[in-house]
Amino acid sequence: MTTTTRRGPLYWPQMAFTIAVCAFLILPVALSMLAGVSLNWQRGPAGGLTLQWIEQVWALYAETVARSLAVALACLACDLALGVPLAYVLVRRQSRWTRLVEELIMLPVAVPGLATALALIILYGGLHDFRNSSAFILVGHVLFTLPFMVRSVLAVLSAIDVPTLEEGAASLGAGPFRRLATVVLPNARPGILAGSLMVVTLSIGEFNMTWMLHTPLTKTLPVGLADAYASMRMEIASAYTVVFLLMIVPALILLQLAAASASRRSKS
Amino acid sequence: MSSISGGGRMLVVLAMPAVAIFTAFWLLPMARLALFAGTGPTGWNAYLAVLTHPQYLASLVSTILLSMAVTGATLIIGGITGVFLSRHDFRGRDLLVGMLTLPMAFPGVVVGFMVILMAGRQGLIGLIAQTIGAGKPVFAYSMGGLFLGYLYFSIPRVLLTIMAAAEKLDPALEEAARSLGASPARVIRDVLLPGLRPALIGAGALCFATSMGAFGTAFTLATRISVLPMTIYTEFTLFADMATAAALSLVLGVVTWAVLALARNATGAGVAAAA
Repeated sequence: MTTTTRRGPLYWPQMAFTIAVCAFLILPVALSMLAGVSLNWQRGPAGGLTLQWIEQVWALYAETVARSLAVALACLACDLALGVPLAYVLVRRQSRWTRLVEELIMLPVAVPGLATALALIILYGGLHDFRNSSAFILVGHVLFTLPFMVRSVLAVLSAIDVPTLEEGAASLGAGPFRRLATVVLPNARPGILAGSLMVVTLSIGEFNMTWMLHTPLTKTLPVGLADAYASMRMEIASAYTVVFLLMIVPALILLQLAAASASRRSKS
Repeated sequence: MSSISGGGRMLVVLAMPAVAIFTAFWLLPMARLALFAGTGPTGWNAYLAVLTHPQYLASLVSTILLSMAVTGATLIIGGITGVFLSRHDFRGRDLLVGMLTLPMAFPGVVVGFMVILMAGRQGLIGLIAQTIGAGKPVFAYSMGGLFLGYLYFSIPRVLLTIMAAAEKLDPALEEAARSLGASPARVIRDVLLPGLRPALIGAGALCFATSMGAFGTAFTLATRISVLPMTIYTEFTLFADMATAAALSLVLGVVTWAVLALARNATGAGVAAAA
């Protein structure tokens, strides 16, 4: 629970300020949703509602939606396969080497995506089959999202003293893989869940790297959005934004609920 | 570690896939990029071009100034709302926090579009101003538009960090200071700010680094103000000057990484780098 302090004279000014900040963040979202279903954006919903823009977006850009979903799921699979075992190793062994690895894998997040994308293009751009496939985008997304999976699992595992639990299991005769499957993974589940939601939303929304890595045949949703913002009428750009929001907002809400229930559990 | 220390080889096997992929697709490409930057007509001087070439220098300076302004404004806004939300419980608080943190995962392009909706040629601010006969202000494509956009994607992250830190501060300290006769300004200066210092430094560094490297928002606004990521992109596509683009992007990468590393050393705790 929140520690509630006395409501001082500054309570209402602070409340008003907080609501104003919230309006600044939410108003444009609401505006784009309205514009996406209005016949004419200038006249707003009073000018009549329609789904024609959403239909046009679907006809023009359905492929980008499918590709973004496919890349996000493939990215999640890679992060689970690479990141969960790595997080376990980082919890079990704390040496100079594991700290270096932990430090290094954060770099694709600390360094602008533009630099990573340029580096990939310069070294692997010549492999045309790879360069022209969605796998080229996938590689960038895995580099960028892996730290979030590792951090999320690491945070949960560090909080529960894995070595002691494992020692208990070992003294009962469980081998290393048995311990991993029956002791470590079940305990890491909240971290894996939160990390997965994070990875999927970040991958679906990734633009900085993807804009450099994509080809005309491998456009993702944010790449299509940039196209639409530059060349389409306001209503279509808004409708496309609505489609994008419908894809990531449910995952974001789940993420917030997961975080809220995790903090309730840790406080009770 | 007695009975479970035997798994050393298993640990190496478990870490191997991630280390191999990271080496092949990040370490090696970055090393290649660093060497490649020296192959242009100016050789290794390409790394100095950001300081010696007037256009790049101007771009670097405006990017730094914009990022500093955004960081300052975000810390003030995030500080006020974060402390308020962590200190008071009221009906609808969770919903308010949810809405305030929702834009966290919006990509830069979408944030750019939000700015166009608000302050663009057909934007809300313009429409309202026109109806009340106050002309038609359009500032989406200027420095003001960039500032609004960067503020938009920075607030949610900074707010979360400050809320987490403020919840760990004991409100009794502030009560004590107040009961000893300290004015609100003194309570903020002597109790609240020192307690929040690590969170402010961490969130500020993150906000600055993200703003320095942000590309999508500037790209959507197609602004004439060339922030450094836009300059790099233009060199790469319009002039096909790959060596300069490589050098500039590495310089930018080192700057953002250094800011995050400095903040972490200053606070002693892990500053979570987030996108």
